[in-house]
Parts: sequence; structure tokens; C-alpha cells
Amino acid sequence: MLVVRNGRSDSTTLSGRVVAPAQGIDESLHITVTEGVISAIEPGGASSLVIAPAFVDPHVHLRTPGREDEETIGSGTQAAAAGGYCAVLAMPNTDPVVDSATVLGALLEEARTTALVPTGFMAAISKGQLGEGLTEMAELASAGAAAFTDDGRPVVSAGLLRRALQYSAVTALRLALHCEEPSLSRGGHVHEGIVSAELGLGPYPSTAESVMVERDLSLAGAEARPVHLMHVSAVESVEALDRALAGGIQATAEVTPHHLVLTDEAVRSLDPNVKMNPPLRAAEDRESLRDALRRGAISCIATDHAPHARQEKDVPFEEAPFGVTGLETAFAALNTHLVEPGIVSLETLLERMSSGPARAFGLEEPRIEVGARANLVALDLDAEWTVAEDGFHSLSANSWLLGEMLRGRVVKTVADGRVVFET
Amino acid sequence: MSELRIPPAPKRHLLSIADLERADVERILDTAHSLAASLDREVKRLPTLRGRTVVHLFYESSTRTLSSFELAAKRLSADTMSIRSAGSSVDKGESLKDTALTLAAYEPDVIVVRHPSIGAPKLVSELTDAHVVNAGDGKHQHPTQALLDLYTIREALGRLEGLRVAIVGDVLHSRVARSLVQALALVGSESVLVGPPTLVPRGLGALGCELSHDIDAIADADVVYVLRMQRERMGEAFVPSLREYTALYGITPARVREGQVVMHAGPMNRGVEIDPRVADSDAALVTDQVRAGLVVRMAVLYDLLTAAPVASRERAEVV
Repeated sequence: MLVVRNGRSDSTTLSGRVVAPAQGIDESLHITVTEGVISAIEPGGASSLVIAPAFVDPHVHLRTPGREDEETIGSGTQAAAAGGYCAVLAMPNTDPVVDSATVLGALLEEARTTALVPTGFMAAISKGQLGEGLTEMAELASAGAAAFTDDGRPVVSAGLLRRALQYSAVTALRLALHCEEPSLSRGGHVHEGIVSAELGLGPYPSTAESVMVERDLSLAGAEARPVHLMHVSAVESVEALDRALAGGIQATAEVTPHHLVLTDEAVRSLDPNVKMNPPLRAAEDRESLRDALRRGAISCIATDHAPHARQEKDVPFEEAPFGVTGLETAFAALNTHLVEPGIVSLETLLERMSSGPARAFGLEEPRIEVGARANLVALDLDAEWTVAEDGFHSLSANSWLLGEMLRGRVVKTVADGRVVFET
Repeated sequence: MSELRIPPAPKRHLLSIADLERADVERILDTAHSLAASLDREVKRLPTLRGRTVVHLFYESSTRTLSSFELAAKRLSADTMSIRSAGSSVDKGESLKDTALTLAAYEPDVIVVRHPSIGAPKLVSELTDAHVVNAGDGKHQHPTQALLDLYTIREALGRLEGLRVAIVGDVLHSRVARSLVQALALVGSESVLVGPPTLVPRGLGALGCELSHDIDAIADADVVYVLRMQRERMGEAFVPSLREYTALYGITPARVREGQVVMHAGPMNRGVEIDPRVADSDAALVTDQVRAGLVVRMAVLYDLLTAAPVASRERAEVV
């Protein structure tokens, strides 16, 4: 269930090159939205903008409840609107953890008054995300949970994950898995490789992810239950995913903009804003992620938007927490670094940021057709802008792109029939 | 093909050996060599840095590095101040950022930082106008140690180019090894890293050094550089026992060839990574390393304060 703050629907018009890859549309059109619904689509939009189905982010941290100094539902969804998103799914690793219908109910209530774009809340797989007992999944599902995850940490016990896969069948929801074998990642700060060896930073090997990906896919296959792999980072994980998909296992996967753009070479700067979990990996990993995104084995781009207070990142690299923001820069970063150099087509990028994630979580896909609720983004592909600390709608500024000039800008976002962002 | 090269300008900070070029290293070692003569005088103090301020900010216990830096600054007539984490506002939970900003208000010329976390000296360099010297940050770098090691080797063997240096032991957790490998590569020496597979990171092969798990690999080295073996590595299962480590990799008289020199950054675990008979032999350069530490740190301070660019124009005008 997605919720958004109550308000009037808007009427507006958008003109430009309409690109809706999932529907096979790529032509110049003029779109009329009347009271939140697409009422007319006519030929002849004379504008240099690209109009596309708005984006869906299946992985954001809104830090509410508990760390409202870093992000709130209001600020996080303003950031989402500025990034072109019409839906986001928030993670439950808050304080308290979203592991009961009470906590979930309070969040949904708050979202009804503060969420600028439709927001879903995932609930924990295990109580307190402690990896011991299951949450009351049926009650959480009927209270409106969007999916189940212990994101932020793995489900360490294979036995518990198996039970979670089995039991979650009483709901229509799927499990989203953060794959990390803690005995391999312990003490790790960066990818194990040349850079970790040279800098002396604690190594976090690819196998810390891939052995868990293999285990989780194997359990999903045995239980015939769908799973979603979060923030895949390693070539070995992609290979495991490919084998699972070939074997008929129902798996979807997401990749972040930072893993698609950067490698562990970026860590040489010792900038705490390139420290995240999973860590930036080697060039061959990045190549494998890009290839899987093109092929569709990885069908979702997720920002893993992870706001941190300034004082938490104003520390030596080794002491800094994992995580970077991403909602407001995702499209521009990927347009600049993947589309413009010809690595990924614009169509593929738009599909993986919108239909792909919506499908993976059983959400309604944003569509451009008469009678549909308007979920649209207008993009100026030629606009250049510099990512600056004071330019964010998010309450946090721990972006890996600070100071970088990007090409491509969101100029208007329509989410659930309302104009939520306009430059 | 020969090419004309302009020698590199001295750097503003000394954070990592990776920031240096060969000419930087040679200039510092040459300065150290000429400063060494002053140590033989009756009055050992030079007026060079009179009126300059050097702050030592140490977040880790240290005997030789702190005393060496303090004495180096004093021998050059600088005003010095040492802040240790114990007994300071760090004890009260002050962040490194605030401590650095507080010290920066005194406008020190140099801040020497030792910290358990990688990236701490870099953070201080971004927050202050002072020249920053990394005196050891976590497992990352300890550049003055590598420079004093090069100096020691050059004084003992007369050259650096073409030498072969075996670095033995816990390379994985050693900022000394990491800095030294890079420094040796800069000056044209070969290095071979010898130790158990769990403690010699494969990624270091990319720096051009050889990796070996067999102690016999030290046989053809000119220098055997012994790393400290820490007891806590047993708990983390890097090696099964100190006993087995010593049997496989301990530097005993039988393993040291005639003509080899043996080095150790200290503190030594006698009877673990190094046999006391080796530590006390003429082949051991351990006390030479300590003496070298003083002149090399004097040279580093001299290099930064007399030749390196200052942070900002306003500051340059004040000076």
C-alpha cells in the first residue's frame, strides 16, 4: 500500500518527446492532465524536453521514526519529487524498527499528512531485525506493509530465512534481501582488492555478498517463493542471479547509481561520502552490473538513499557510517555517466527506474495513457547543473556527487495526479 | 628517450608516501644527511624554525614516534605543543573536527597527527591552514617511518637503487609495511613480502612487489625487515598460534645470511617475530633507525616549512 498526503488533484499540460519504453512509445506528443488524470494525448509537442513515466525507487531510508534530524517523510518525499519519483519504498531499519502494526500504522498516518509522493513502508522480516523470531507478517500485510526486509543487516540464519519464505506466503508480499555474510564482512570498510590492500582499509570481499546471494536464491528456489535482491554489487552475485533465473527461480534485483558509476578507485580520496554498504567494487564488477542492467537480469535501479547527519560524516573515513544520498541526483548521474557515453540507452534507463521496480514489488506501473492517473516526469537532457550542498531538499547532504557537474535535469514531476515538483 | 624534468615542488602536507615523487624522497633524505652533522655538535639546536609552532596531536600511545617528532622540532628551535587524547577534551567526547579547529585557532605551522582511524590526518589537513604530517593513521600510512627506513638503509648499505628488501610478517595490519613498499618502489628497490597467506594481502602484488609464503624467500634479500606480530591476531584466526608463527616465520640466526641487515620498527616482540640473538647482533639496525627518525623528521619539518606552499594568500601576506 502506498500513501500520500491528502490534497487536490492538479490539471496541467506537458509537451515533448514522450518516451515510455514499457508501452513502446517514443514520439513528440502533447499530454493534457485534467484533475489528476491523463485526459488527452495529442501529436505535436514542440519542446526539447523528454516526458516519461515518473520513477519508482524501491529502496530509500526516510530515517523516521528516530532520526528525524537526518530525514523525515516530508523532506525525503520532497527530495523524491525533485528527483522525478512518483513512488518510494521506505526501509524499516528505524528506531523503533517497523516490526509491528502499531509502528507501521503510525508511519502510514504520518505519511497521510506529510508524504509529497506516494510512499510505501516495508516491514521487518524478524522482530527488531534481530534475526531471531518472525514478525507478525499477516497483520503487518493487512496493516499496509509494502514488502518485508531486514535491510541494513542480513538474515543471518538460513533456518529463519527459510521459515520467512514459507510463512510470508500467507501474504501477497515478497521478501527483499540484504545479502551479507557477517563473518566475511566483519571489520570491512571497502571492497577487498588492490585499493584495500594499498590503503590498509578493512576488506569487505565480494564473497561476503555472493555466498549469501547463492544461499538465498537456493532457499527461494527450494520454497518456490519470489525474492528481491537488494543493492547487488559483485560480479559473482550477478552470475548467481543469472543461474537462478535460468533455473526458473523467481528473483528480481536492484542496483544503485553509485555502483553503476564508481569503482573502489574512488575510495582513494578517503572521502566519507564514497563509503557505503555494499562497498564500491572493482571495474569488472561495475561492468557486470551494467551488462545485467542492459539485459534486464537486474530490472531495478534503486538509490539506497541513506541520509546521514553532517557530524556523522565529518569524521575520518574509517569512522564514518555507511551510506549516501541519491534521490535528487539519480537520473542526472546516470544520464551523464551511462546514457551520454552510450553505455546504457535512455529507454533502458527510464524503464529500469520506473516500470522495472514497480513490477518487482507488484505496484501499479506508471503508464502514459488516457484515463490513467498522471505519474509523469519531464526531463531536460541538456541542462547542466552542479551538485551543491545547499541545493538539496533532503535534510542531509552526504552525496557522492558533491561539486560534480551533471547533465540532465528533472524539470517537472507529476505524482499521483499532482504537480509535486517544478523548476 | 631523455626528457627534461622540472623537480616537483615540495608538497603542502606529508599524508602518504603515495603523494611523493622520487625527487621529493631524495631531497628529504639529503636534507636529513646534512642535518645529521649537527647532531655531533656540542650545542645541538639549530635556529632554523625559530618562531614556528609545531603541534603534535596524538590519539594513540606512542613512545618513539612522539619523542622523535618533539625532539626534531625542538632541535630546529620551533615552539612545540603535544596533545594526547588521554587527559584532553577528546576524553570528553570532542570530535576530531572540533579539536583540530581549536588547535587551528592558534595558527600552528605544522600539525603532526597520529590517529587510529584511516583518514584522520587528511581530515585535519582539510580543516586547518597548517601543514599536516601523518604520524600514523590506522593501518594506512606512516610515511616518516618509511623515510627513516630508507635513510637507515642508504646510510648502512650506501645505496637504495637495486636493493632487495624482504618484509616479513603481518603485512595486512601494518602501516609501516604499506608505506615502506611504496617508498621502496619509488627509489628503485625491489621488495618481497613474506608471511602467512592470511596476513599478506594479494592486492599488494599490484604495487610491483613479490609475495611469498616461504621464509626461504628472504635468503637473497639485502635487507630483512621484520614486522611486529600482534597477539590479538590469534583470536581473529589469522594464524593458529604464535608458536607456529615463530616456527614458520621467526627471524632466527640460522635464517639470517652473512651480510644481510635486519630492521624492525619496534616495539619488538623478542622471541616471537625476532630471535633476541638477531635483535642484539651487529646485523640489526634497530637503534640506527631510531637515530635516523630524529634527523628525517627534522628534514620533513624543514622541507614543509621552508619550501612548501602555504595554504592561502591571506596567510602568506601575514607571514
